[in-house]
Amino acid sequence: MDTILEQLPVVIGALNVGFLQTLKLFAVTLLGAFPLGLIIAFGSLSKIKAVSVATQFIIWIIRGTPLMIQLLIVYYFPGLVLHNPIWGGGEQGRFLAASIAFIINYACYFSEIYRGGIQSVPVGQYEAGLVLGMTKGQIFRHVTLLQMIKRIVPPISNEIITLVKDTALARIIALQEIIWAGQAFMKGSHGISGAIWPLFFTAFYYLVFNGIVTVLLAGLERKLDYFR
Amino acid sequence: MPILEVRNIRKTFDRTEVLKGIDFTLEKGESLSVIGSSGSGKTTLLRCLNFLERPDAGSITVNGEVLLDCSDPSTLNESQIRRKRLHFGLVFQSFNLFPQYTALQNVMLAPELHAKEEHVHNFDREALREEAAGIFADIGLYDRMNNYPHQLSGGQQQRVAIARALILHPDILCFDEPTSALDPELTGEVLKVIRKLSEQNTTMIIVTHEMEFARDVADKVIFMDGGIICEQGNPRDVFNNPREERTRQFLSRYSQK
Ligand SMILES: Nc1ncnc2c1ncn2[C@@H]1O[C@H](COP(=O)(O)OP(=O)(O)OP(=O)(O)O)[C@@H](O)[C@H]1O
Ligand SMILES: [Mg+2]
Repeated sequence: MDTILEQLPVVIGALNVGFLQTLKLFAVTLLGAFPLGLIIAFGSLSKIKAVSVATQFIIWIIRGTPLMIQLLIVYYFPGLVLHNPIWGGGEQGRFLAASIAFIINYACYFSEIYRGGIQSVPVGQYEAGLVLGMTKGQIFRHVTLLQMIKRIVPPISNEIITLVKDTALARIIALQEIIWAGQAFMKGSHGISGAIWPLFFTAFYYLVFNGIVTVLLAGLERKLDYFR
Repeated sequence: MPILEVRNIRKTFDRTEVLKGIDFTLEKGESLSVIGSSGSGKTTLLRCLNFLERPDAGSITVNGEVLLDCSDPSTLNESQIRRKRLHFGLVFQSFNLFPQYTALQNVMLAPELHAKEEHVHNFDREALREEAAGIFADIGLYDRMNNYPHQLSGGQQQRVAIARALILHPDILCFDEPTSALDPELTGEVLKVIRKLSEQNTTMIIVTHEMEFARDVADKVIFMDGGIICEQGNPRDVFNNPREERTRQFLSRYSQK
């Protein structure tokens, strides 16, 4: 039996590979959910009653059910029910399925935050822009957008920090993220088995990652502190 | 020819008629005060003039150009409204400055966007800046123009809002109770600016509860009650010898304060 010190490079190497997958899922989710959330927010604010009701119904379903179920459904539904396993069996397919479930889920949470942000900008700001002869687009870009961003940064930050940890849920469809990588050493991998300490290491990765994200977001919040 | 001709403006909100046929004219260089009790439709009238509300009937003519005629659909085109509303400026009761911009940026934003939109190639930003600085000097805020709104008092913010309207050179500048949101000791500095504009023959419509100010500054006064113009005329006549009983009652309520 090797000592932990000898096993360390092997474990770190495997954890790094897993962490890269975690990081990728985190980044893809944000890149997809930021814009999709805005579209959903506009849908839920739509003056067309059918659109706003339908959108709010979808938001209610997504926010009212566990992300874990959504992951399982997105991954298994096409193969088991439609007999068309579009994701394939490989890691790439699992990543794609996980990304889609995460993006939809987070977009719904973001959309509610956006909606609050849009509604919190006083209508007088919009009217002041109109009276100055600006177009709706100009008012959105030059007047209301930054005020919206300022108001949504704190609640969005909370969601982003939750997302860091939520990425671990993708393990349910066997996505090889960092906890999967850590757990592999319990069952046996790279000639190491029955080792729980690699799992503690994964916790350390999360702590550092979350620390960095928190500091960045706090910086952004401070940057927007110059106006009220 | 009057600079502004308002004919038979009517506006109904959820089955209550708020404006019941408003008619008046305004000559270039005149200032008009609009007085009247709460709910009489003063704000709604200003909002109609600035195209923030669409009247149900009536017409608005500026310098002989029919900007809006509810019986002529060709004047109701949405895409034209933005150009048309630039004939008017509006200063809100609650200032509505843009919080993320300095006072100077608040004033320069709209003209900059207009220039960008019209692809003015030789747009002279420096000249615009100088013009803005000149206005800030006039309103006594030259040394505060790089402050953000939250760093200014209400009276200072309202003066910046006036500057922001002035830089677009509207034909008619409208004020909706410009001092109502201010502490009493701050109203003077704002009224002083408006008084100065009046002396420079700026064409203005001022909705106000400051009766003394209305009497001293205005060339013409309109008393509104229940969505109609109850009485109009020159301030001396309306304030000293009101013809209508309702005007008399309204004014006596104010003089008791
Ligand atoms: N968007 C709206 N929807 C429904 N009713 C409205 C709307 N805007 C104004 N009203 C109603 O129209 C009437 C006139 O309102 P307006 O704000 O024009 O009065 P005002 O003379 O400016 O009063 P104040 O002195 O209090 O400012 C009021 O009864 C008001 O409740
Ligand atoms: Mg009003």
